[in-house]
Order: sequence, then C-alpha cells, then structure tokens
Amino acid sequence: MSSDNHQESFIRKYIFSIDHKWIGIQYGITSLFFLLFGFILMMIMRYQLAYNVNTGLEKDIISPDMYNALGAMHGTIMVFLGVVPMVVGAFGNYLVPLQVGAPDMAFPKLNMASYWLYFVGGVVMLASFFIPDQLPAHSGWTSYVPLATLSSGPGQTFWLFGMIWLIASSLLGSTNIIVTILQLRVKGLTWMRLPFFIWAQLVTSFLLLLAFPPLQAAAIFQLSDIVLGTGFFDPWAGGSVLLYQHLFWFLAHPEVYVLILPALGIVAEIIANNIRKPLWGYKSMVYSSIWLGFMSFIVWAHHMFLTGMGTTMASFFMITTMIISIPSVVILSALFLSLWGGKIRFNTPMLFALSFLPMFGIGGLTGLPLGLATADIHLHDTYYVIGHFHYVVAPGTIFAIFAGIYYWFPKITGKTMNETLGKIHFWGSLVCMNGIFMPMFLQGLTGLSRRMANGGYDYAHAREVLWLNEVMSISAFLLFAFQLIYIFNFFWTLFRKRYSTENDPNPWQSTTIEWTDATSPPLGHGNFEKIPTVYRGAYEYSVVGHEKDFYPQTEE
Amino acid sequence: MDIEIPYNVDEREDTGLYNSKLGIWLFLASEIMLFGALFSSYIILRLNDPLPFLQGQAKLNVPLATLNTAILILSSVTFVMSWVSLKLKDISKFRIYMGITMLCSFLFLVIKYFEYESKLSNGYTPAYNNFYAVYFVVTGLHAIHIIGGIIVNGYLWLPGLKMWDTEPERFTNRIEVAGLYWHFVDLVWIFVFPSIYLL
Repeated sequence: MSSDNHQESFIRKYIFSIDHKWIGIQYGITSLFFLLFGFILMMIMRYQLAYNVNTGLEKDIISPDMYNALGAMHGTIMVFLGVVPMVVGAFGNYLVPLQVGAPDMAFPKLNMASYWLYFVGGVVMLASFFIPDQLPAHSGWTSYVPLATLSSGPGQTFWLFGMIWLIASSLLGSTNIIVTILQLRVKGLTWMRLPFFIWAQLVTSFLLLLAFPPLQAAAIFQLSDIVLGTGFFDPWAGGSVLLYQHLFWFLAHPEVYVLILPALGIVAEIIANNIRKPLWGYKSMVYSSIWLGFMSFIVWAHHMFLTGMGTTMASFFMITTMIISIPSVVILSALFLSLWGGKIRFNTPMLFALSFLPMFGIGGLTGLPLGLATADIHLHDTYYVIGHFHYVVAPGTIFAIFAGIYYWFPKITGKTMNETLGKIHFWGSLVCMNGIFMPMFLQGLTGLSRRMANGGYDYAHAREVLWLNEVMSISAFLLFAFQLIYIFNFFWTLFRKRYSTENDPNPWQSTTIEWTDATSPPLGHGNFEKIPTVYRGAYEYSVVGHEKDFYPQTEE
Repeated sequence: MDIEIPYNVDEREDTGLYNSKLGIWLFLASEIMLFGALFSSYIILRLNDPLPFLQGQAKLNVPLATLNTAILILSSVTFVMSWVSLKLKDISKFRIYMGITMLCSFLFLVIKYFEYESKLSNGYTPAYNNFYAVYFVVTGLHAIHIIGGIIVNGYLWLPGLKMWDTEPERFTNRIEVAGLYWHFVDLVWIFVFPSIYLL
C-alpha cells in the first residue's frame, strides 16, 4: 500500500469522516470547546460585575461596549455553538443509529457536510473577535433591530453570516435524524418500543427543521439592511421593527425546547437504567413531547409582551404559554414518579440526572410569572429572566449533558470515568450553579436590568442586593475550578489503559440496543456484527420471572 | 469500508418511501417555512406602507415575467418527461428532455438578468424603497434556488448519468428527487409572480 493511499484513509476516517460515530465525536469535541469558551467569556463579565463597579468606570477591565459584545457572544456561542450541537449533533448523531439498530445515519455524506457547515459557522463567529479595531456583535444574542442594524458594524455582519452557516447545518442534521428514525428502525422496533431519547430527538429535529427557516429569513433581511441598505426593519423607510422580533422568536421559542427535549431524553434513559424498573407513564411522556413540539410554535410572542403589540395578542400568547407548561409538567412528574419504589443506584450519571429534575423544576416554575403579561411588566429584562432560563439550560440541560457523557463514555471509549472525581465534580457544580443563579432571582425582583455593565452600581433599588454580585462571581470561578476536575477526569480516563474489569460491553446492565448488541467501543463503520431484531419495549427492568433484572430489547 | 444503508433504493413498507424521497420532502417542508416567512413579511411590510408597492409594481415588466412563468412551467413538464423516459428505459429521450429543462432554466436566468438590469440602471436598487427591497430579495432568493437546481440537474444530466449503467433504479430515484425540488422551485415562482407582479 502506498503512503498516499494511507493518507486518504486517514482523512476519510478522522477528518472528513462519514461514520456517524466519529461525526458525533467531532460534534462533541467542538461543542465542548465552545461551551468552555462561552464560559470563559462569562467569567470575564462576572469579574467586571463584582470587582470593578465600586471603583468607578476608569478601572473597568472591559469597556461597556465590550461587555455588551461578550454578553451577545456568550449567548450565541452557548446556544447555537455549544448546547444544541452537543445534544443534537453529538448525542443525536452518536446514539440515534445505535439505538434504532441502523448501520449509520440515512445520509452519511450529508451528515459530514452538516458537521463542516457547523464548523465553518463556528469559525466565522470566532473570527469576529479578531476584526481590527472592531467589536464582535454587541446587540445581544437576539440581535434586535434597530440597534443591530444601526450600531453594530462589521461584527454584526459576521454574526449574520455565521448564523446562515449554522442554520444550513441544522437543516441537514435534523433531516438526517428524522429520516434515520422513520426509515432505519430495525425489525420489531415499533413506535412504542422506542427509547424515550429517540422520541425526544425526533420531536427536536422537527422543531429545528421548521422553526429555523424564519430566522434564516430574518437574517437575510437584516443582512440586506446592513449590506444593501434596504429598509426591511427601518421604520423611516416603512419597515417594521416588530417584524424582526416575530421572525426571531418564531425560531427562538421552539429553540428553547430544542435545548430541553434532548436533555429530557438523556435523563429519562439514565433514570430508567438506574432505578431498575420501567419508566412510569412512558406513553404519556411520548404524547406530551409531541404536544410540546406542536405548542412550541404558538407561544413565541410571550417574549414580546412589552413591545406594544397589543393586549389581544398578549392574552392569546399568555393562554398558549400556560397550556404549554402542562406537557412539561407531565414529563417531569412522570420522571419523579418513576423514582418511587425503585432500587436506585447513585452513580455519577444518575446524580447528575437526578439533580436535573429539581433544577429544571425551578427553571420551569419561575417561568410561569414571566408568561403572565402583568407580572412580566415588572420582571421583563431583569436578572430574574436570566436566572429563570439559566436554571433551565445550565443546571438543567448542561447537567443532562454531563450525565450523558459519564453514562455513554464507556460505550464510546470502553473505559469508565472515575467515580470519586465524578462525584466531587457533581457536588461542586451543583452548589456553585445554585450560588450563581439563585441570587439572580433576588436581584431581578428589585428590578435590576440584565444589561448593565456596572452590575447595577448606580441603580437605587438594587442597593440591598448588590453584595450578591460578589457571591455569584465567586461561585462562577469555583464552578470553573470544579470543571478542571472534570476535564482532568475526562482526559485521564481517555488516555489510560483499559482495565481488565472493563471488558463487559454493557457495564450499566442496560436494555437498549446500543449496549446489548454493539461492542464498546462499537465496531467501525456499520456498527453491528449482525443486524439485531427487537422483541420488547425499551425499559423492561426487573421483569418478574426473568433471571436477570434487565430484559434486553433484542432478547427473545 | 462501504456499508449498505437500508431503504436507500427500495421503499420501506410502513412509510412507502425510500430514504432520499422522505429526505427531500422534509427539506421542502423547511423551504416552505422559509418562503412562508418571506411572503408573510412581504404582506406585513406592504400593509405598513402600501404606496411604494403600488407605484413600484406599475413599473415591473409583466410580459417578460409572464414569459418566464411559461418557461418555468415548460421546464417542469420536460422534467417529468425525462423521469418518465427513465422509467421506460429510454436514455436518449432522457438526455433530450433533461437538455430542454436545462435550456429553460438558463433562459429563465437570462430574462431575469435583463429584468434586473433595467431596474438597476434606472436607479431602482434594493435601497430605493421597500418594494424594491422585497422584489430583489424574494426573486433573488428564488433565482439562487434556480441556480442550485441547475447545478444538480446539470450534474445528473452529464457526469452523474454514468450511474445509469450500474444502478439504474437508484439513478431514476435521483431524478425523481431532483424533480420534486424542481417542481417546488417552479411552484414558488407561481406564487411570486402574481403576488409581486400582478396583485
């Protein structure tokens, strides 16, 4: 074999790979990098908020404009480059084909294209930090007009270009996941035998597929306003400012469920496995997730109660918002009730999954006052909002991501991460996360605006709660320290030798196909030695009369 | 290692579709949301400030656009004929019909170019007012879809045709999928033409 030939296969295997497992890992590595990067941006902001406000503006480490830029980029990076690529790109890519018994995604080459479009979008976003003498986008992650079109400069153009790449990537990725689930399920894997994770991925992919294009339209309009000088969003030219917000939130509200549904899927898998009994109310969970998907398209304007769109509109969206909380509560309650009478194993993934439940609960319940127009008048754009959605996404979704990484790490590498270090990471993160986000509710209730670069130093009503800035910032720095333990654990496990005790491909004694019918790590391209057939539901744990306490889906 | 993806060519029993046919329908659903957003925005902007829209519309070249509509519909018909030819295993007819489709698509773009040129040279740029903003962005995005179609159809017409010798069924599927996309692009124009040029 010539060396040229070898070179080509290396590129095919590791760079332009068409194997869903490696693409999933590529997505995972890239999005973990972006999560860390977004977190570092936030730590700079937290330092500014806690330590530089009392000494006056001349000692600020960053200018107010830079503070705005960091805030906008933190939001963009965390949502579009961190969490969504992680839960859909990484977990979805790696696990969906394995859990439905498919040799790969339905369109392996589109899958590769999807990763590389995402990668280019990420590079464009990062490049916007290096425009000479200019800031990256600094009009918030929402890029509201007219602020974004009038004052942002080249940073905003980079942001829009980056978004167009990311939207194209998500279009290819979500199409691929839907076709894989609909077309490539193995024999016997009927709809109600699917793991809940697959249902969550399916609904999520439909949301991505149908909600993103209006943002694509908004991005095209805003780009042409900036580049071609049109006036789509310019009131002086007969344009409409509200139009942008409608188009933006038509995506961005379903996006919230894109962030949370796959996390619920991951948590459901881990909880079912560690309580050693079936999920309580599996069917209600499935129907609720579909209901959630439908409803998420008609709640968007609850982000716009203060825009002057009118009270009739506000009432409509208030009602739909109250309705959409029902399916979320059904899913969460089903997961809580599943714990009842279970023989719970408290390993690291389970701890993260368990703490997800109350954390997501806090995030969800604090959202109710925001969904009521009257209460929202006071709370809108305060730290209360920041606290609310961070409880959903940070100790919510990100804990689910950690749970998923600890849980599927043995599948991907054949090695289990260290439990002691994992537990230190868990308890530290849990305390610090609450240290960061709980005080935000208190600050927000005083009316403290979320966008002040000085942390509310000159805001009279915030006097009583200003000391909390330091509590939150110290919590954020400690949270970073606990992530170092996690990073160490991750790489140390990755590079150490495989223990002789780690030969079991199914260390958690799970029932689903990816554990029972594939080796750990799974075979190269193709996944399965012989194509599995499914005989039963996904969560048949502790079946009476069966010799083991789990009954694999593929066992007759 | 080359692997076999199930239902790549054959239809799956419970869905009645092969993979790429389901894929293209999902893609088109997404496209409908994109053009749906564009059309809704057009309605909102026009209701906001109707006058420039009525004035601008009067300056559009309706005969040329009607010609373009006819050309695009013709290209859709020949596209179907090229697919039928493949079903009848008549490869030379496929070449001819696909060739006419390609010709029509280029003709559409040439006419579009003259239309744009006459607007731009008279100072009616996208920045002139919101009517021209909508006009250029919506028809421009449609033209980008035409160009995308030309690239795919051109590939299938010339270099991609060699798949016919090895996997005729898969190649016929490709033409069907490309055809679905092409009909969609045609359909978008059938909405663009009356709503921007006539109404």
